[in-house]
Amino acid sequence: MQKKVSNWGRFPVIECEEESFVFAEQLKLLIKNDKPFIARGNGRCYGDSSLSATVISTLKFDNILSFDTQSGIFECQSGITLEQVLDVIVPQGWFLYVTPGTKLITIGGAVASNVHGKNHKTDGCFSDHIINLDVNLASNEVITCSSSEHTDLFDATCGGMGLTGIITRVKFRLKKIETSFIKQIQVKAENLNELFVLFEKYKNYTYAVVWIDCLKKGKHSGRGILTIGEHAGINDLNDEQRKAPLQLLKKKKLNFPFDLPVWALNNYTVKAFNFLFYLKNYKKEINSIVPYDPFFYQLDAILNWNRIYGKKGFVQYQFVLPLDAKQGLVEILNRISEKGMGSFLTVLKVLGKQESLVSFPKEGYTLALDFPIQNGLFDFLDELDEVLIKYGGRLYMTKDARMKPGMLAAGYPGLQKFKAIIKKYNPDNKIRSIQSDRLFLTTK
Amino acid sequence: METILILGATSDIGIAIAKKFAAQNYHIQLAARSTAQLEPVKSDIEIRYKVNCTLHAFDALKYSEHKAFFESLTHKPGITISIFGTMHEEEDAFNDWALAEQMINTNYTGAVSILNIAAKFYISQQKGTIIGISSVAGDRGRASKLIYGSSKAAFTAYLAGLRNKCYKYNVQVMTVKPGFVYTRMTQDRALPKMLTSTPAEVSEIVFKGYTAKKNVIYVKWFWQYIMLIIKNIPEFQFKKMKL
Repeated sequence: MQKKVSNWGRFPVIECEEESFVFAEQLKLLIKNDKPFIARGNGRCYGDSSLSATVISTLKFDNILSFDTQSGIFECQSGITLEQVLDVIVPQGWFLYVTPGTKLITIGGAVASNVHGKNHKTDGCFSDHIINLDVNLASNEVITCSSSEHTDLFDATCGGMGLTGIITRVKFRLKKIETSFIKQIQVKAENLNELFVLFEKYKNYTYAVVWIDCLKKGKHSGRGILTIGEHAGINDLNDEQRKAPLQLLKKKKLNFPFDLPVWALNNYTVKAFNFLFYLKNYKKEINSIVPYDPFFYQLDAILNWNRIYGKKGFVQYQFVLPLDAKQGLVEILNRISEKGMGSFLTVLKVLGKQESLVSFPKEGYTLALDFPIQNGLFDFLDELDEVLIKYGGRLYMTKDARMKPGMLAAGYPGLQKFKAIIKKYNPDNKIRSIQSDRLFLTTK
Repeated sequence: METILILGATSDIGIAIAKKFAAQNYHIQLAARSTAQLEPVKSDIEIRYKVNCTLHAFDALKYSEHKAFFESLTHKPGITISIFGTMHEEEDAFNDWALAEQMINTNYTGAVSILNIAAKFYISQQKGTIIGISSVAGDRGRASKLIYGSSKAAFTAYLAGLRNKCYKYNVQVMTVKPGFVYTRMTQDRALPKMLTSTPAEVSEIVFKGYTAKKNVIYVKWFWQYIMLIIKNIPEFQFKKMKL
């Protein structure tokens, strides 16, 4: 059935055929059709990575296959969401090694984007905890791959945006936890330099993320709040929390019920929002014990928060710059505040070293910014791309809806090898997305 | 805890109902023609809901095997729900008797065969529940649902009769009449969003109806009124309509 589909940024919107499957045999029948296709999970990539003439939804392929509660090994079909996984593993004393800032993505999507979290320096990417996974190729052959078997397929599937085939099964290791709470420290920083000092001071903590106010200029440029965390032990809890240390605390989700008109989002409202966000932490440092949900998934509490950027949608611009390219970060922040194209909740994290073919993380600072679609935006982002190229940065394909092929090539030295592996496993480019065509990954 | 037997467990509604009852701590028996593909559903139910889930080979069209099938269940289910059904394009079925016959025999004959056996067991126990998933298409015969509708009409009449027969033995019989449902059966059709439910919604309503000991339920509720209107259109008028 023809359907209008877009992902989380609501740009672009396309008409496509949407198919789904419950059993592995049904997937094979779908693939036998001659139409080009791409897999799609919960549609939480931002742009066009999972858009194609035919979209094969994995959401109904969501069964748990095994869970060893002693050793913490979990195996499931690809369409299950992280939220569903957490609901099962947390009460048993286990957690995900790696989770992004939303739990509303599927496991298949976590592999295809090779997601990272606030703990990349200690725990790496999602792929670092995978035991093995199955890929259903365009030829309908199903191959099990891992870091020790069919390694080329494994390397090109983790972070490969679904271009090798449909990820159908994933087996991965979990992290042992004593409680479902997080020991959290929030510290305010006056500017970017102070932030870097704080990063250094708290570098031994597992989780760290910074919200920065990207509209601040001059000596307040880079003003923000650093949030750090550790999984709380049983002794960190108060008597009330200790009664059920592994509880799932479920709050009712709020819904953002309408598209905000474009005029409502401007320099003043963003400034006001950021001002209040900064002000709400009235003390320099706040220590607290919080449930894991608000710590990791603050925005999941507001359903459809993407509507805040209006009907035309938005793009998220997430890049990483090497540790020694702080000047590049300053330059980008300056350009944004000059342009006045600020976004809510700009997020800064430190990434550690990462061995990978096409995954986003590499050692450095990563910044994620939201920009509502507006005239002149893409030209402006092209300018920022040039700054990135100058300082050796790269962009996150999962967030992308507009980058040019040259930007991708500049950021990812493994790109040629990646293309060669796609060619091997997807020789007729039957698996392709609007993004892969735009970035010349699937054009002959 | 009670066990529910799900006949037609590979259907989207079958899986949704299995998971709904499992979430409410019922043990699950999944019955379908091919059980191999249900292994992932079984592991999912056991891990997520911590209840027992077993797989059983069952073919609605092999009536002669139905008795042995029911006897083979070592734990007898307290609830038996019949979900299986076939829907072919009506024009094809009108032209090809094999298709029409398959619809009639799956949706009506096969269902009667297995539910008679379950009902006899429940009558002997003086307790138990039978749930039949029929359809609003059975409420009045019309051209666009010629064979499917009449097979469901027969099934609806059977369930009403069975309810009457079983009443004095403390056996509950519930008829479920879904309107449009988003399933694999209907995925190529454009369905009106307002009138269409998801398999998960059907399972919610079935579970609620079961605990409230309802006789007949529509999914969603307004279908009852839509069908009331359709049933009351005089035949001389109805026969001229395009429905």
